[in-house]
Amino acid sequence: MLSIRNLSAGVENKPDILKRISLEVKAGEVHAIMGPNGSGKSTLAQVLAGHPGYIVTSGEVTYLGQDLLSLPAEERARAGLFLAFQYPVEIPGVSNAYFLKAAVNERRSRQGQEELDAIEFLQLLDEKLRVVEMDRSFVNRPVNEGFSGGEKKRNEILQMAVLEPKLAILDETDSGLDIDALKTVAQGVNRLRRPDNAMILVTHYQRLLQYVEPDRVHVLFDGRIVKSGGKELALELERKGYDWIREEVTAGEPAGSSVAR
Amino acid sequence: MTTTVATAKDRYLAEFEALDRRGAFRSPSWLAPFRRRAIDRFAESGFPTTRDEDWRYTNLTSLAATPFRPAAPSPAGVPAEALERLALPGVEWARLVFVDGRYSPKLSTARPLPGGGQVASLAAGMITDGDMIERHLGRHVRWDRNVFAALNTAFVEDGGFVSVPPEVRSETPIELVFLATTPGVVAQPRTLIVAGLHSRLTLVERYVGITDEAYFTNAVTEIVAGPGAAVDHYVLQEQGAQAFHVATVHAALGRDSAFDTCEATFGGRLARTTLTLEFAGEGGRGAINGLYVVGGRQHVDHHVTVDHAVPRCASRQLFKGVLDGTARAVFNGRIIVRPDAQKTDATQTNKHLLLSDGVEVDSKPQLEIFADDVKCTHGAAEGQLAPEALFYLKSRGLGEETARALLTYGFAHEVLERVAVEPLQAYLDRLLMARLGSDRITKEIV
Repeated sequence: MLSIRNLSAGVENKPDILKRISLEVKAGEVHAIMGPNGSGKSTLAQVLAGHPGYIVTSGEVTYLGQDLLSLPAEERARAGLFLAFQYPVEIPGVSNAYFLKAAVNERRSRQGQEELDAIEFLQLLDEKLRVVEMDRSFVNRPVNEGFSGGEKKRNEILQMAVLEPKLAILDETDSGLDIDALKTVAQGVNRLRRPDNAMILVTHYQRLLQYVEPDRVHVLFDGRIVKSGGKELALELERKGYDWIREEVTAGEPAGSSVAR
Repeated sequence: MTTTVATAKDRYLAEFEALDRRGAFRSPSWLAPFRRRAIDRFAESGFPTTRDEDWRYTNLTSLAATPFRPAAPSPAGVPAEALERLALPGVEWARLVFVDGRYSPKLSTARPLPGGGQVASLAAGMITDGDMIERHLGRHVRWDRNVFAALNTAFVEDGGFVSVPPEVRSETPIELVFLATTPGVVAQPRTLIVAGLHSRLTLVERYVGITDEAYFTNAVTEIVAGPGAAVDHYVLQEQGAQAFHVATVHAALGRDSAFDTCEATFGGRLARTTLTLEFAGEGGRGAINGLYVVGGRQHVDHHVTVDHAVPRCASRQLFKGVLDGTARAVFNGRIIVRPDAQKTDATQTNKHLLLSDGVEVDSKPQLEIFADDVKCTHGAAEGQLAPEALFYLKSRGLGEETARALLTYGFAHEVLERVAVEPLQAYLDRLLMARLGSDRITKEIV
């Protein structure tokens, strides 16, 4: 589904945040990308979603057979890519429902599907609200405005549920959540997991992975994937912290040279 | 420039004398000396120039240079299609329509106010309610300091007249529609609203142009709210692309009265609103909301004065502007707290969203506080659409244009959500959408 090859990217002042990253994600898989702060996790998420502030210096990304990097953000989204933001943006004056309906119908019309009318959309919305355990009042409020941290994250999952992406990237969706909110978010994610879609969970901590079991875990360190493994790698990181990774890397062990799977 | 301004002044003076000589001013005897004083006032100063502090950023040279003529005595016909477009769907309320300043009974829907009271043209009101009109007309608006109000007062002929008796609470709005149909014409509608003790009313003023050529509307509205009265006031300005629109609104608020106004400006080549709230009795409350959405070479100017002359009154101002093209906005928000006006609580906010690099904004708060136990705040901000917000919307599949339109809608909505009359809010939403030009957003929201 997603194939990242030797991707290097950054921002204007720091063009080398990501250094030759390679990663393969197949349909039905959940990948976790872990790493200490500043390792480039969010940069990877933003680059994949098409944030215009990031500059790709080399490498290629193929998504469902398309050259992902050549597409603007909105076309990536219409092609089924979704980013759950680490810091969801507040949009005053625009209700969640209008925003979501516009997004759903924009995509449906691009895909040649019939657009949903108000009633059909509300049916869809009610169904998806149950997934994230939110009530209707939630969607009548302006997008993320005045939402608590937990509400913002749940709203991201609601959007994901409504938009039914093929590839969802969750950027630190677990950060800032209390345990109940974390469980709700995790439950939502699990319900959206299907054999024909894939997810990338970007996270600092292992705790989300207690509830959402990943197929693969990758450790991002200083812009490189330095270690990949199964879900047990996450537990190891939780137990030992990131210091041993740092030691391994500085000891000059070859890392990230092969394609992470 | 001095020459053109002087010539323009002379034209109005000559017009006045001609009408006066012919005895064409059909008006009660008290009004004649009043007119004379007003035209003298206008003659003294003529049209303002940018040397006048109140007009520093608004150049009237082109207004003064255009020779406008009064409307013909019989009103012009209005295409049915234009009327249809104007109708607010699903409303059943009194509606008075004025064509180029003159009342058109044919286009109007009269509905009596429950509990008595009067909804009529000012010309009709002069006959039925002469005393009340004499008591109030021109007694509130400061035409001695406002040349356009003086000019309107000199030529006063017709407009809206609404009088709500004490204790009468009118729940359905009253709509006044001022249609401009004829290029080259000057119309000077004059409206007087008198809300009696503990009464309540909602007034909607609409200024609509159905010609894209130049014309001039010089409107004055005086609102008098008695003790404990509540007046909701809306102004929708949809003038034509080349229109000059000058509006003066003066609200005199009695003890414990409440005045809520929301004005939305979309049209006109040059639009100036001078709005004054005068607290004349303690315990008054005023909310002034405004939205202007302009583009191209439009020039929009708001001068708002809130005069806290007495203690314990509260005022809230929120003005938001959306500017595109090479549009220019002027906002001057003056709050006066006079020496006796202790416990005044006044706020003022003015925000602009700049959609292009070619726009210009002059926003100036003017706080004159002479009492010491008061709360007074003001704030102004200018900004562009936030790139992070644009990216957020695009990451959900919305295109550039749709994302921009949605964010702009969100910015403007803060003002429109204060419109308490549902069909009016829906209509304003539609006007806004039409301006933003996004099919997607129009489809989803309206």
